[in-house]
Amino acid sequence: MINFLGRLSWDAIPIHEPPAVIAGVGMIGGFLFLVAVITYLGKWGYLWKEWFTSVDHKRIGVMYIIIAIVMLLRGFADALLMRAQQAVAVGDNMGYLPPHHYDQIFTAHGVIMIFFVAMPLIIGLMNIVVPLQIGARDVAFPFLNSFSFWLFMVGVVLVMLSLIVGEFAQTGWLAYPPLSETQYSPGVGVDYYIWSLQISGIGTLVSGINFFVTIIKMRCPGMTLMKMPVFTWTALCSNILIIISFPILTVCLALLSLDRYLDFHFFTNDFGGNPMMYINLIWGWGHPEVYILVLPVFGIYSEITSTFSRKRLFGYNTMVYATACITILSFVVWLHHFFTMGAGANVNAFFGITTMIIAIPTGVKIFNWLFTMYRGRIRFTAPMYWTIGFMVTFSIGGMTGVLLSVPGADFLLHNSLFLIAHFHNVIIGGVVFGVMAGITYWCPKAFGFKMIEKYGIYSFWCWLIGFYVAFMPLYVLGFMGATRRLSHYDASTGWHSLFVIAFIGALIIFAGIGFQVLQILLSVIKHKQNQDYTGDPWDGRTLEWATSSPPPFYNFAFVPTVSSVEPLWDDKEGKAKIFPENRQYEDIHMPRNTGIGALIGGFSFLLGFGFIWYIWWLVAVSGLAIFACVVARSFDYDTEYYVPASEVEAIEEKLRLRREQA
Amino acid sequence: MSKKLRSLILSSMTLASVSMLTGCKDAVLIYSKGMVGKDERELIFTALILMLLVVVPVIILTLVFAWKYRSSNTNAKYDPEFYHSNKIEAIVWGIPILIISILATITWKTTHELDPYRPVEVNGTQPITVQVVALDWKWLFIYPEQHIATVNYLAIPINTPIHFKITADAPMNSFMIPQLGGQIYAMAGMQTQLFLVADEPGDYAGRGVGFSGQGFNGMTFNTHAVSSDEFNQWVNSVKATYPQQLSQDEYNQLVKPSEYVQPKYYGSIDDELYNNIIMKFMMPSMDNMQGMGHM
Repeated sequence: MINFLGRLSWDAIPIHEPPAVIAGVGMIGGFLFLVAVITYLGKWGYLWKEWFTSVDHKRIGVMYIIIAIVMLLRGFADALLMRAQQAVAVGDNMGYLPPHHYDQIFTAHGVIMIFFVAMPLIIGLMNIVVPLQIGARDVAFPFLNSFSFWLFMVGVVLVMLSLIVGEFAQTGWLAYPPLSETQYSPGVGVDYYIWSLQISGIGTLVSGINFFVTIIKMRCPGMTLMKMPVFTWTALCSNILIIISFPILTVCLALLSLDRYLDFHFFTNDFGGNPMMYINLIWGWGHPEVYILVLPVFGIYSEITSTFSRKRLFGYNTMVYATACITILSFVVWLHHFFTMGAGANVNAFFGITTMIIAIPTGVKIFNWLFTMYRGRIRFTAPMYWTIGFMVTFSIGGMTGVLLSVPGADFLLHNSLFLIAHFHNVIIGGVVFGVMAGITYWCPKAFGFKMIEKYGIYSFWCWLIGFYVAFMPLYVLGFMGATRRLSHYDASTGWHSLFVIAFIGALIIFAGIGFQVLQILLSVIKHKQNQDYTGDPWDGRTLEWATSSPPPFYNFAFVPTVSSVEPLWDDKEGKAKIFPENRQYEDIHMPRNTGIGALIGGFSFLLGFGFIWYIWWLVAVSGLAIFACVVARSFDYDTEYYVPASEVEAIEEKLRLRREQA
Repeated sequence: MSKKLRSLILSSMTLASVSMLTGCKDAVLIYSKGMVGKDERELIFTALILMLLVVVPVIILTLVFAWKYRSSNTNAKYDPEFYHSNKIEAIVWGIPILIISILATITWKTTHELDPYRPVEVNGTQPITVQVVALDWKWLFIYPEQHIATVNYLAIPINTPIHFKITADAPMNSFMIPQLGGQIYAMAGMQTQLFLVADEPGDYAGRGVGFSGQGFNGMTFNTHAVSSDEFNQWVNSVKATYPQQLSQDEYNQLVKPSEYVQPKYYGSIDDELYNNIIMKFMMPSMDNMQGMGHM
C-alpha cells in the first residue's frame, strides 16, 4: 500500500507556505466558481457538444485564446510578485518571498508566458484565420487539431496543479542541467516541468504538421504560393519551424527524463555527462521558437497595416523572401545564447555574425510596413495603434538584440538584466502587441461583433507606457551589473530605485491588462451595439472577409477562386470574381465532432501525473487507455458526413437576409 | 523634414542615451576599471551608435508617416498603386546590409581580440594564475603560485594580467567581476579561462551570474585590487595568520552546500586539489564505484 501513491502524500500539499496557500485557494475558488456557474446555467451539455468535442478550427482557435488569456493573468501575477520582491528585497530586508518560492515563480513565469500564453495565442489565431484566408473548409486533419488542443490543455493543467500539489521547477525556464538533475533538484518540480512541456509539446508538433499540410494542400483554386496572404505565409514558415524544432525539444526533454528516471548520465556532472549538450539542444529548439512566435505576428502587422492604410502591402515579394530568410537563418544562430561557454573566437564570431544577419530581413520588413503607410489613408483603429507602437518599440528591441549578438559585448551583458530587458522588448513590443492587434482585428470575424475600441486604445497606452517604465530601468540596471534571477541584493549596488520604477511600470501594464479584460467583458455584454452582419467590418482585402461573421461551420458555401494576392479587394474593384454567380448549392463534406481528443487529453494528464509522482500503475493504466482510444478512433469509419445542399441553402439564405437587414 | 533637423535629433538622442547611462555612477560597466572591460564597453558604444543610424530615422519616419497619412488629412497624397518600387526595395535591403557588413567586420575582429582565452599583455608583466571553483554557494579561489586559497574574497595586484582558470564542483555558474570585464561559464569536469586586468586600486564586486539554485543570491565576493607590493604583503599575512591548509579533507567539508558564506582564508594548499576537483568528474566517484559493485 505504501507505494500505491508513489511519492505523493499529504506533505505534497504546501499548507504551511502562505504564498502557495493564497494562490491555491484563489485558483481552486475560481475553478469551483466557474463549475458552479456552468452547472447553474445548465451549460455542460452545450460545452461538451459544441466546444469540447468540436473539430471546427474556429472554435478550437477560440478555446486556445481563452485559455491563453487566463494563463496571461497567472503569468502576469508571477511577474508582479517578482517585481514586488525586487522592489523591497534590498540590504537587511529579505523581502517576502524566500528563494524556494521566488525561484519557482521566475521559472513558472517564463514557462507559462512562452508555452501557455504566447504559443496558444499564435496557434489560436492561426486556427481562426488560416483556413479562412486560404478558402478552406477546415484544417487538413480536424481530429488531430482537437487532439493537439487537449494535449496543450494537459500542459496547462499540470503547471497549474503544481501550485497546490507539490512544487514547480526552481531552475529557470529552460531547466539547465546539472541544476535540473536529480542530484540538485530531487523534488517533483522539474518533473512537472518535463511532463507539462513534453505532453503539450507533442500537441504543438502535431499542430505544426496539421497547418503545414493545410496550407500546402488545401488552398482554394488559383491561390498559388505567391498569392497567399502574408499572414498565411508567415504561418507556413512558423509551422515549418515547429516541425523541425519541436522534435529537438522532445528529444532533449526525453534525455533529461532518462537521467532523472533511469539514472542515465547524458547531462550530469559525473560519469562523463555533458550539461552543455543539453544547452545546445534546448537552444536548437529555443531559438527557432522565438521565430515561431514572431513570424506570424509579422504577418498580422502586414495584414493590419495594409487594411488600415487602404493600400496593398508594399513589397509583397520582398516580405515573403525576408520571411523565408529568417526561417532558414533561425537555425544557425543558437550558440549566441552561450557565447560565454568558452567556445573559440572563430565559433563565437560565426554565430555572432549569422545572428546579426537576421537583422537584415527584419529591417526590410519594418521598411516595408513604413512604405505601406506611405501615401496611404491610415485609419487609427486600435489594431493600428498596436502596430505603430510595435514599429517603434521593436526597432529598439531589435537594436539591443543585435548588440547582444556581438560576442565582445555579450561577455558583459549576458545573464544581466539588459538581456531580460531585450527579450521582453521584442516579445512584448513584438509578439504581445501583435497578438492584441490580431485579436481586435479578427474578433468580428470570429464572433460577429467588434470589440469596444475605446478600451483597447486605453489598454494600448497602458501597455506601451508601462513597458517603457518597466523595462528601460532594466536596460540601465544591466549596465549597473545587475544579474537576472536575484531575489535579494545589497544596498551598495545602487539598484534599488530603478527596481522600484520597474515595479511601477509593471503596475501600469497591469492596468493595461485590466482594460483588456474590461474590453472583452463589455464587448461581450454589449455585443448587440457592435454587431457586424456584413462580414467585412474593416473594408478588408483577403478571403477571410469574404464570408459572413461568424462564418458558418463550413466557412464558404462555394469554394472561392482567386487570381491575386488581394482577391476580395479585386472583387470590390470589379477586377475579378471570388465566387461564381448563379451556382447551385452542393452537398458539403465535413468532419464529425468527436470526444476522443478530450478523452486522450484526460488520460495523458493521468499519464503525466503518474510519471511525476512515480505512481506506476497509473502510468500503465492511462498509457493503455490512450492506446485504446487511438485504436478505437482508427476503427471508427463514421468520421465524416455531408451537409445536404438544402441545409446549406437555408443557412446561406438566413445569413443573406440578416446582411440585407443590417 | 530637413536633413539638418534629422541629424540634430539623431545626435541628441545618441547623446541622451549615453549621458543617461554615464550620469549614473553605479553603472559599473560604463565606469570600467579594467582594460578588458573598457575595450568591451567601447565595443558596445560603437555598435550602438552604428545601429542608431538606422533605428532613429526608422522611428521618426514611422511617427511622421503615421501622422501625415492619417485618413483625416485629405491634403496628403493617396496613391494605392504605390506598392512596389525597385529603387526603394534596393535601398531597404541595401542600408541594413551595409550597416550589418560593417558591424560584422567589427565583430570578427573584436571577437578574436577579446577572446577570453587570449592572454592579455601589460608591459610584459608576468601574469598571476588564480584557480576558481564555483561551489554551492560560494567561490573558492586557489593561488597556485602563492600556495594560498580564499573563499568569497579575491585580492589581485593592479596592472597585472590575472589568468583565471575556472571550474565548478556544483551546478554550472558564470564567473564575473562586472567592473573589470566579461564573464565565462564555470562548469564541472572541465576548465574555462579568462584574462582580466585591474587598472586602478579599488574594491570591485564580483559574483556568480549564472543561476545555480537556492543560495545563488549570496554568491558574491569582493575583488580587492592593490599594488604588487601590497598584494605580496597580503599573501604573506594570509600565510602567517591562517595556518590552516586547504587539504582534500578540508575541501570535502567546504564543498557542502552553504549560503552567504563569509570570506575564509587558507595559508597553504594541497597542490593537487584543483586538478583533483576537475578530474573527479572524469571517472566514477568512490561512492558511485561502491554502488557499481552492488550491481
